[in-house]
Amino acid sequence: MNFPSELKYTSDHEWIRVEGNQAYVGITDFAQRELGDIVYIDINSVGKSVTKEEVFGTVEAVKTVSDLFMPVSGTVVEFNKKLDTNPELVNQDPYGDGWMVKIELADAAQVAQLMSADEYASQVGA
Amino acid sequence: MKNTALTQTHIALGAKMVPFAGYNMPVQYAGINVEHETVRKSVGVFDVSHMGEFILKGEGALGLIQKVTSNDASKLYDGKVQYSCLPNEQGGIVDDLLVYRIDEKTYMLVVNASNIQKDWDWISKYNTYGVDMKDISDRTSLLAVQGPKAAQALQSLTEVDLSAMEYYTFVKGKFAGIDNVLISATGYTGAGGFEIYFDNEHADAIWKAIFEAGAPFGIQPIGLGARDTLRLEMGFCLYGNDIDDTTSPLEAGLGWITKFTKDFVNSANLAAQKQEGVKRKLVGFEMIDRGIPRHDYEICDAVGNTIGKVTSGTQSPSLQKAIGLGYVHTDFAKETTEIFIKIREQLVKAQIVKFPFYKG
Repeated sequence: MNFPSELKYTSDHEWIRVEGNQAYVGITDFAQRELGDIVYIDINSVGKSVTKEEVFGTVEAVKTVSDLFMPVSGTVVEFNKKLDTNPELVNQDPYGDGWMVKIELADAAQVAQLMSADEYASQVGA
Repeated sequence: MKNTALTQTHIALGAKMVPFAGYNMPVQYAGINVEHETVRKSVGVFDVSHMGEFILKGEGALGLIQKVTSNDASKLYDGKVQYSCLPNEQGGIVDDLLVYRIDEKTYMLVVNASNIQKDWDWISKYNTYGVDMKDISDRTSLLAVQGPKAAQALQSLTEVDLSAMEYYTFVKGKFAGIDNVLISATGYTGAGGFEIYFDNEHADAIWKAIFEAGAPFGIQPIGLGARDTLRLEMGFCLYGNDIDDTTSPLEAGLGWITKFTKDFVNSANLAAQKQEGVKRKLVGFEMIDRGIPRHDYEICDAVGNTIGKVTSGTQSPSLQKAIGLGYVHTDFAKETTEIFIKIREQLVKAQIVKFPFYKG
């Protein structure tokens, strides 16, 4: 399984990629494999400020539904609209075209507290 | 947790395994959507050896079956299968099952894995007919080979003319060189095909033979995940979801297997329910607005009053739409009626549709 080293990870299987004061958030390769075929990403938090570890949306696979948790506090500024018509991008390219939301960081210092790729990989036993 | 005779084979194939009804079962191999499509378009193999099988033998076998099941087993002939259910005494269903007539005095009942003990106890309780009952579940393997190419894929393994077999009939014969294999033209997918019953000791040989014979037809192993989406597209009930101890066969749309031409457990009350009409019905619905219905979600009217509950739901791989089954108050059961599914506190629009969802 693939866990890019430039990303930070949560124990709930989200990743975050920081670009200046903004960041992209998605779910990990491990998460997409566990969920199986993803069929719908339901994000109802665009424009809202969401606290670290709160739910910012939901991912629906054929068999299961799972909440999405914010890795760090911030305001959701954009949803990846490609996922509306192609939710399978999360399976195909979880760290690239399968990103879910773009956020404005509330406290950039929180990012440092998240797991590194190595730490996350050992958590999921990969 | 129990294994089937093929559990190690599934693990070796890289299947994702999950506990299901006390068994370690493959839920998916390559992915639910692609497996689903394989069964709809060509042919796939499910290990469903967790299912239970009972042999009922003796002069009184038909009498006992007539007493405990809702369908009319006197219509069966040698080599004929019937879908039926075991009504309980409180208006609900103990289990749904298949009844096979092997000969006039010998029947096989095929029951859900999660209900093996419950069904055994239930049927035993009514066995005042001196019927010899045998539970052969643990030594019996069952492979469902399903899809439009199933007959072609398996034909080289048997002299039985598979494409000539009528739906819901079976034969016992030689299959892949092994005697006494029961070949049944049944299934739970709506895609056509066969269910093959045999002793565990032959599991590896038969699995291998099926995959060799089926290779030119693109045969693939299929997990329980796709089994669920396939059956749901047909509107087939799943015990524990859509039917259970509290749902009447009439509410569940199983009136067609509830025959009042004979006496059976709770038949008088069910006949009265039929006369009065049911208050709720199992319906199929498809989502109009975006969202996926799931087991236990509330079904509401336009202003948010609860009118029922979702019993099964998924994104349909064939239709690319979200579909579901659920019980609604009879006033809302008519086709095209607009209903709302409460998904994460939002009312999401859906409408009642006719079965099956997938028309092939």
